[in-house]
Amino acid sequence: MSTLGPVTDTTVPHSIRSGAPARRTAALHGWGRTAPTLAQLVTPRGVEDVAEAVRTAGERGVIARGLGRSYGDPAQNAGGVVLDMPGLDRIHAIDPDTGVADVDAGVSLDQLMRAALPHGLWVPVLPGTRQVTIGGAIGADVHGKNHHTKGSFGNHVEWLQIVLADGSVRELTPDSALFWATVGGMGLTGVIVRARIRLHRTESAYFVVDTDRTDDLDGLLELLTDGSDDTYGYSAAWFDTTSTGAKLGRSVLTRGSLATVDQLPAKLRRDPLKFDAPQLLSFPDVFPNGLINKLSVRAFSELWFRKAPRRQRGSVQNITAFYQVLDVFGGWNRIYGSRGFLQYQFVVPRGEETALRRIVERISRSPFDSALNVFKRFGAGNDAPLSFPTEGWTITVDFPITDGLSRFCTELDELVLAAGGRLYLAKESRTSPEAFAAGYPRFDEWKAIRDAADPAGVFASDMSRRLKLTL
Amino acid sequence: MIDAVGNPQSILLLGGTSEIGLATVRAFASDRPMRVVLAARPGPRLDAARAELEALGCGVETIEFDATKLDTHAEVVRKAFAGGDIDVAIVAFGLLGDNEKAWTDVEHAVELAQVNYTATVSTGVALAERFREQGHGSIVAISSVAGERARRSNFVYGSTKAGMDAFYTGLTEALREYGVTVTIVRPGFVHSKMTDGLDPAPLATTPQAVADVITDAVRNRKELVWAPAPMRFVMSALRHVPRPIFRKLPI
Repeated sequence: MSTLGPVTDTTVPHSIRSGAPARRTAALHGWGRTAPTLAQLVTPRGVEDVAEAVRTAGERGVIARGLGRSYGDPAQNAGGVVLDMPGLDRIHAIDPDTGVADVDAGVSLDQLMRAALPHGLWVPVLPGTRQVTIGGAIGADVHGKNHHTKGSFGNHVEWLQIVLADGSVRELTPDSALFWATVGGMGLTGVIVRARIRLHRTESAYFVVDTDRTDDLDGLLELLTDGSDDTYGYSAAWFDTTSTGAKLGRSVLTRGSLATVDQLPAKLRRDPLKFDAPQLLSFPDVFPNGLINKLSVRAFSELWFRKAPRRQRGSVQNITAFYQVLDVFGGWNRIYGSRGFLQYQFVVPRGEETALRRIVERISRSPFDSALNVFKRFGAGNDAPLSFPTEGWTITVDFPITDGLSRFCTELDELVLAAGGRLYLAKESRTSPEAFAAGYPRFDEWKAIRDAADPAGVFASDMSRRLKLTL
Repeated sequence: MIDAVGNPQSILLLGGTSEIGLATVRAFASDRPMRVVLAARPGPRLDAARAELEALGCGVETIEFDATKLDTHAEVVRKAFAGGDIDVAIVAFGLLGDNEKAWTDVEHAVELAQVNYTATVSTGVALAERFREQGHGSIVAISSVAGERARRSNFVYGSTKAGMDAFYTGLTEALREYGVTVTIVRPGFVHSKMTDGLDPAPLATTPQAVADVITDAVRNRKELVWAPAPMRFVMSALRHVPRPIFRKLPI
């Protein structure tokens, strides 16, 4: 549990340090379970350990790793050093008056949420899982269902502490270019070790949710552009990629806002800030390849669509039901079998609805099947050159790795880029350096800042080598 | 890096004019063009290979490589890695030779042994050092079913491939703990310039078909594959045929 009141002390107490940090060789992969590589995994127990590991990194460099929820390879470093950041997991302070949390980079959003709720404070940006670290949330500049109202994670960071390439510790605030290069910078500017996050106030840990089922993509776009979307704090849709023709892009749109105490039923009013999100079951690693196939995806999609109410208003739901359904299942990525899967997430700007429709058609007509599809309207982006969200439409689809998927994704890249869109690095695992850079007009600006901060290329990851993000 | 869908970004082909090797590079490049390093003797065949791969969108580098000059191999491998990591290295050079000449002529026998065995070991050691450092990647060794059981018609070649196969089998285990995959490919009879004029054996295959087996093996990190796949069972049976019968078989 946290101490209350602001804390400015940044030194690491000796009591939690003894001897050299643990170091072992480990095969690492992302959440998609593809392309594993070997690295020296070092578990730091304080800022000094991080600085030491950076100073002695060697030719293959070093990268920080959080809880491994990125789908591809940003948190692995073949032949080099990987810092196991969840070792730095102190919540230094949560100030109930200012609503600012001062936390180590290895603290997870789940941990922060549990500590903040008793103060009536809410983590401002939550991605689809709470099992991500603060450092990872900043490094990938993650977003959630409330992007259209609150922006991405970096918007809520007021201060961060980072270990630079020379092993020095630097404090960064949003008035510096390096701060914004670090937000969305995939750990390639330095190792984030601590940050202060502005939390939001909430009366409860529940959502008041409205559900709408639409018969096609046009129906969904209509609901998202008729002005109603801005009246909800949180909004996202599941859509069907197995239906074509008149049912193309049929969807279930769920939108809601954090409930006030008045909105809760009497039973929940007694403990409105209760946070009850258990992990119900954990999947063992026994699933064969090919379980997620045309048949199972079709059956799932039909069921998911039909079980949703056509129109429902004011349903009170907890965070698991409304927001992070998959957090109920540990290791759900295992159901894709040993070949793993990839998640394809892109955004196209507002005004590109025709292109968007063509991409959804292309996915629906393809032989590749995706069940967990998300459609969301993004609000305006932020100042970070590599931040993914930008005003427009984002789509996320999951594909098990099968033959021919590579070419199909390359085709999707072309459609996305032609529409002025881009890909999300936290999900990316297979595109080309050119296609990645084409989506980020400020990539060169980011690279110049990064290279100046790390001229010797100390920070490196499999992703940085694959997409030529660094020297 | 080899990405999530199994596409490498760089390939080193030792034996840069090998038909199986080039077919494999083409098969990978059809999904995603990449950086290719061709190590071979300079000449029109190497130039043609370079031009063909460049037309597919690959960036091609060539390095002079002579399998018989053992003391140059470490340098050849060093040059290949000078431009960055190598994701896939294919050891594709080799000589079929003339069996009747080889078992009666010391010079020819030693040449086969040097190229097919000593040189593959020498390059293998150099490759292993580099792959160990980079902590990822895939080494493909093109062996042969001829190494599985020596036949009267082909035993000198077969004996060199048996040695090479055993070396890379061991290397597979040695490099496992460094995150590096070694794949041994055992093709049967392959229609190519190497076998031009010879009578094809049963289950004869093509360089393109072997290339498909190799790309699949690399993408799925398989350690031992046959081309075509049923050859595995044929050889498994042949290994156990008693000698009096084996020598009467028309193979």
